[in-house]
Amino acid sequence: MSALNTATAPIAAKRPSATWRLIKTESTLSIRDKVGPLWGVGCPLIVLIILGMVPALREPVEAGGSLTYFDLYVPVLILFNLAILALSALPTTLAGYRENGVLRRMRTTPVGPVRVLAAQLVANSAIALVATALFLAVAGFGFGIDLPRNVFGFVFAWLLAAAALLSIGLMITALAPGRGPATAIGTVLFFPMMFFAGLWVPVAQMPEMLQTISHYTPLGAGMQAFQDAYLGSFPSAGPLLTLAAYAVGGTVVAIRWFRWE
Amino acid sequence: MPAVIEVRNLHKRYADKVAVEDVSLTVQEGEIFGILGPNGAGKTTTVECIAGLRTPDRGEITVCGLDPRRDRAELTRRLGVQLQAGQLPERLKVAEALELYSSFYRDPADWRALMHGLNLADKAKTAYAKLSGGQKQRLSIALALLGNPRVAILDELTTGLDPQARRDTWELIEEVRARGVTIVLVTHFMEEAERLCDRLALIDAGRVMAVDTPAGLTARAHIEQRIQFRPSRPLDERLLTGLPEVSRVTRRGELLVVHGDENVLTAVTAALARNQIVAERLRIEQASLEEAFVQLTGKHLASH
Repeated sequence: MSALNTATAPIAAKRPSATWRLIKTESTLSIRDKVGPLWGVGCPLIVLIILGMVPALREPVEAGGSLTYFDLYVPVLILFNLAILALSALPTTLAGYRENGVLRRMRTTPVGPVRVLAAQLVANSAIALVATALFLAVAGFGFGIDLPRNVFGFVFAWLLAAAALLSIGLMITALAPGRGPATAIGTVLFFPMMFFAGLWVPVAQMPEMLQTISHYTPLGAGMQAFQDAYLGSFPSAGPLLTLAAYAVGGTVVAIRWFRWE
Repeated sequence: MPAVIEVRNLHKRYADKVAVEDVSLTVQEGEIFGILGPNGAGKTTTVECIAGLRTPDRGEITVCGLDPRRDRAELTRRLGVQLQAGQLPERLKVAEALELYSSFYRDPADWRALMHGLNLADKAKTAYAKLSGGQKQRLSIALALLGNPRVAILDELTTGLDPQARRDTWELIEEVRARGVTIVLVTHFMEEAERLCDRLALIDAGRVMAVDTPAGLTARAHIEQRIQFRPSRPLDERLLTGLPEVSRVTRRGELLVVHGDENVLTAVTAALARNQIVAERLRIEQASLEEAFVQLTGKHLASH
């Protein structure tokens, strides 16, 4: 028994290195895959720069309000980035791994497939984090848009929104029969969800019924929370609870129906 | 030699069909053990149960004294597995894959040495999707060996490879065995089984039909020998049909084909010599494992 104990002792020291390597590898692969960088980072960044150069968007959304149309586009594009990574890149990659036996091969090694999943989540979160910082910097230095006035509230809302979207991404992975369907489901969900975040029409200008619906969608709730933080207050309980509910619900469904093969 | 793998009365059914009806086998330390059978015979299900990837409905399995389901973590350190349909991410490069997978083991083999040994060094920076079938298989073998396993399971290793790549892979497997690794080889290629395996289990319809050496299986099937030759001068067939070792004689153009038991060659050459006849273009057709398989199972393997 003691021989076994000494033999297993170095594993503890080795393990973080395997996890770290997986995270590094998955990040590299995500970047090589181009879906995340191109659609998730490049595309919203270009939109941000173009919109920043349109003078008409510097008018306040509501008469006398302090936020301009362009102000609102910064959080919308942050959500755009999160949604592409979580609803498209993540499920496509993981469902592909399942379809091609990548996860199956991992099951035969001492490091189980759970850690591939975790590494994918970390890699996508890291890309999202860098993208958010980049968008805020470009908006700030390039176009003079102030940072959210309630930074802590903004960070909190970002984390909850990321958790909600990633767990929806995992849910898609769990329920989709293969890589193709996973991509399709992600794309089909993406557009209505972005609509309710106000990508095309600011939420405040939607008919009342659509506004109500928007508040209960993940991106609509995320947008509300971000807007609160921009205006200087900690996000209100409503949108935060909605985001938390999506995070918990998505995770529960994902755990219940996830298949490794 | 101690048994490394023991399978007793394995039974596994899926929703709609029984994959493994009743499989028992013992793999000894250091041997190359073949599991041979037609598609759908239950070969892959059997090795997946051995690797702990599937839970048997009935039966007992021990691998290196471990229970594949209960002791999974420990088993993955001693068992290297190359599975059918176990790919890698498309954009992962060869060296990256080896380095990543070697970080999974506490005492890994030197991945650079494996990469060189498997002729993959010049592909180190090539993405997985850009590799040929043979290169993918070699990488797959390298990954299965990274943890310095005591036992390696190789499932349909050479399926889809061209003949040269197949022969190279065979040499490789022999080298691996020479390092003391016990190998379980799943295949439906007779030639492969005959060339590599010390012992073979013939599996058909989820049952073990026979376990023996390739030569033993052939002998067990009691298949006739066939000799074919051109007599140097015309010959009365009764000269041969009268021999007790000969069962029948047929003509194929100017060639004579003599069927008989295992001593037929000695008997025929002696009879010819007595009559000063030379057997030109002499060919002996030995009973093949393929014929043995057909006799023992009544079925043909998938043609290739």
